[in-house]
Amino acid sequence: MSYIAKPKISHPKMPRNKLGLTIRDYEGGVSTLCAGCGHDSITAAIIQAVFELGIEPHKLAKMSGIGCSSKTPAYFVSQSHGFNSVHGRMASVTTGANAANRDLTYIGVSGDGDSLSIGMGQFAHVIRRNLNMCYIIENNGVYGLTKGQYSASADVGSVAKKQPANRQMPIDPVSTAIGLGATYIARSFSGDKQQLVPLIKGAITHKGFALLDVISPCVTFNDNVGSTKSYAYTRQHFHHVIDADYIAPSEEILASYNAGEAMPVKLHDGSKIVFRKLNEDYDPTSRAAAFSFLRDSVNQGEIITGLLYINESPGDMHSDASTVDTALANLDYKDLNPGRQKLAELMSRYR
Amino acid sequence: MSKTNDVVIKIATVNGTGSASANGLLMKAIFRMGIPVVGKNYFPSNIQGLPTWYEIRVTGEGHQARLERVDLMVAMNVQTYQKDLASLTPGGWFIYDSTWPRSKLLDRSDVTVLGVPLSRMCNEHFDTARARILMKNIAYVGVVAALLDIDLEIIRQLLNETFGAKKHLIDSNIEAIHLGYDYAVQHYSCPLPVKVEKMDKTRDHIIIDGNTAAGLGCVYAGATVGAWYPITPSTSLMDAYKRFCKMYRMEGDKKKFCIVQAEDELSAIGVVLGASWNGARAFTPTSGPGISLMSEFIGFAYFAELPAVIFDVQRTGPSTGMPTRTQQCDLVSCAYASHGDTKHVLLFPANPEECFYMAPKAFDLAERLQTPVMVLSDLDIGMNDWMCPDLDWDDDYVPDKGKVLSAEDLENMDAFYRYLDVDGDGIPYRTLPGVHPKGAYFTRGSGHSKYGAYTEDADEYQEVVDRLLVKWETARNLVPEPEIEYSKFNKSAVISFGSCDGAVKEALITLKKKNVGLNYCRVKAFPFSDAVKEFIDQHDYIYVVEQNRDAQFRTLLVLDIEAEASKLIPVLHYKGLPISADFVARRVLEEIARGQAA
Repeated sequence: MSYIAKPKISHPKMPRNKLGLTIRDYEGGVSTLCAGCGHDSITAAIIQAVFELGIEPHKLAKMSGIGCSSKTPAYFVSQSHGFNSVHGRMASVTTGANAANRDLTYIGVSGDGDSLSIGMGQFAHVIRRNLNMCYIIENNGVYGLTKGQYSASADVGSVAKKQPANRQMPIDPVSTAIGLGATYIARSFSGDKQQLVPLIKGAITHKGFALLDVISPCVTFNDNVGSTKSYAYTRQHFHHVIDADYIAPSEEILASYNAGEAMPVKLHDGSKIVFRKLNEDYDPTSRAAAFSFLRDSVNQGEIITGLLYINESPGDMHSDASTVDTALANLDYKDLNPGRQKLAELMSRYR
Repeated sequence: MSKTNDVVIKIATVNGTGSASANGLLMKAIFRMGIPVVGKNYFPSNIQGLPTWYEIRVTGEGHQARLERVDLMVAMNVQTYQKDLASLTPGGWFIYDSTWPRSKLLDRSDVTVLGVPLSRMCNEHFDTARARILMKNIAYVGVVAALLDIDLEIIRQLLNETFGAKKHLIDSNIEAIHLGYDYAVQHYSCPLPVKVEKMDKTRDHIIIDGNTAAGLGCVYAGATVGAWYPITPSTSLMDAYKRFCKMYRMEGDKKKFCIVQAEDELSAIGVVLGASWNGARAFTPTSGPGISLMSEFIGFAYFAELPAVIFDVQRTGPSTGMPTRTQQCDLVSCAYASHGDTKHVLLFPANPEECFYMAPKAFDLAERLQTPVMVLSDLDIGMNDWMCPDLDWDDDYVPDKGKVLSAEDLENMDAFYRYLDVDGDGIPYRTLPGVHPKGAYFTRGSGHSKYGAYTEDADEYQEVVDRLLVKWETARNLVPEPEIEYSKFNKSAVISFGSCDGAVKEALITLKKKNVGLNYCRVKAFPFSDAVKEFIDQHDYIYVVEQNRDAQFRTLLVLDIEAEASKLIPVLHYKGLPISADFVARRVLEEIARGQAA
């Protein structure tokens, strides 16, 4: 991906986070995506979220596969290591990275082609492992880099530029993730930064696997009349069901909520997600309810957004595997090697 | 035929009947008598009901290969009686269960048929169906013990060690041993003219398979992340790693290791690369089909310059092939795995001992060279029991983590660029995530400049791939040197690698007795070091011994060091059975008869 360094322009009065860094310290290279691409808005939301969370840039790992979406880690937090892997395989690389060093924050950026076609197997299995990561799908229903073929998330009847209407059933990452047991599942829209930033903050802070499916229109190949992933269509049909505010551990809950409407959920580090239910029938802590609600909304042609499901259980891959608290990559060799004497003792078993 | 400590015993059974422990008992008993042994298991890709064979070669001279001879056939599988009878060497003995006499079927005049009513005796002595089946196996061990004069006291000791406090099991096993032993002594002249006799040639030796040794080697190497997708014949490598980690890597109930059983091999290698990127020693065991699936990522690791250790326990291909049979058939697919211009470092262990020592070597090379290193074992080494010297460890060993910059290094640098050849050896410096903000770079499989930036610029791209060739030459100087043996001044030689070694060494002795003296070079790694090239240059005729159809090793010699193809004479064994000493000697003599000099 082309990479143009962005000049650092910082005003002395710019807001600083708990590390004393400004948002400029979280920027990356200049995007080379098409003007108006939804992905760039998501990049901006990621920058905002990690800045507000006060993550040390070098403690963040940016993981991706192949495709337009997978280019974007070059456009945020240039002081973080990035791993632009092979197509559809970001999940396995992140699994290994996290196995070796559990102390870093992992943000994976993928697309609908990268996650739901070539990477469907890895997408499913990283959920099963409950890997502690924030997995963002920048979902536009088409393959951009190869010029506009339908992806597996294209809706039946949706029409992309220069293509007959799609006839194959879509794969919905959100209902798939609910079925597979993901523990934090949200959907949003690239054009709704206000909703997106707290959802990303929650996803990063959540311990375990967090999925963010973000509708992100492709202005070049799928933003036309007849497309169900266009800006116009998404704006007309998206529907906040549950909004969520992210409250850091040190902050008081200041916003006032109507009784019965607000529901705080405590995250593992003491921070809180406060749900604001915009639909009284919805229970985001029930897998079954979330699943049936999603099904109904699909039938009604609505795009349901917000934090759709959360299970703030304490586990992740490391707790399931009972690994030590120290990152494995940081263990001393002397703590790993049994030594000569033990080997000599072992030999008697093989005589 | 009268021989001491030179006998091949073959046991034909049905898989899933528990014969493996009986065969192990028999082999260990002979080993404990101080006599070198070679064990080969010929098993089906199946759990229960199909024919399986176990071959024990008793070799007082300490050879390491199998022979094509069978002196004593323990035929316990009616389905294969005729095949087993046919495979018996003239003058041999055929032992079968005479509960159901088969005098008409077993009608070879040049062998001796010894019937023992094993089923009848076991049915009389044991109550349950399961015990009757299991004890029939132990009873044939008793028969063989009597026929070959194996020390019963050693067998008793081995049973004590196996069953420990479970005295009733020890008693019933000893009873079964005696059923067979006593019957043989009472009905036949024991011992036979072929027999065993105590020696002192197994002191400070063990019996171990290559997968166990490699798994242990990974623990000693300090590997903390293992990722895999189960595949025969590599599965027992990860089983061993897990077992040894549970012995040596626990901190209370917490583990100082992480094993990821991935959804497929594409994922397993991805896990390895992610972990290596973060600085852990990570590995994956697999076999040929796994290499095919991993190829895309192997090319990524070559170009993005990430360490990875892959154990390829080769099995018979192509495609699914014969999963429980051996070959050395993945050389070319491993050496050049992935699209584009790629080539990879390979190590060739010849036995379980080398599987152990090459494990830390593989990690050292992978981290020093920042590239994938593949250890090419095979089913014969990986799953068969080999006699090896005791494994030893040097407590002064320090892992070579290669050129990794610390936070302090980075703090003192003006700027870090990932792919600069600072030292002129083609190996750039790398940084690990989480260490220092100055170390950040973008790991990518797309075109990049020496500064680590994305590029589509012709010259910038070429500069990087040319520098990788410099690194390749550095690798050539770092890999293990070949083992070279000069017979005498001679212009003819054998070159080989891996599990062919035992067969070649024995064949060289056989050939020498026929006045054919050949020099020998056993290669341990790819790329080939200068010593390999010199060896080839010194000779006019070189027999290239390997276990595949297409002479892949010979192909690599031609491709990598431009060895003159016309003087490389292929000696190819690819039936799926381990190569035998007889085969190598026979093929060399055939070539000599056809006009190739020796």
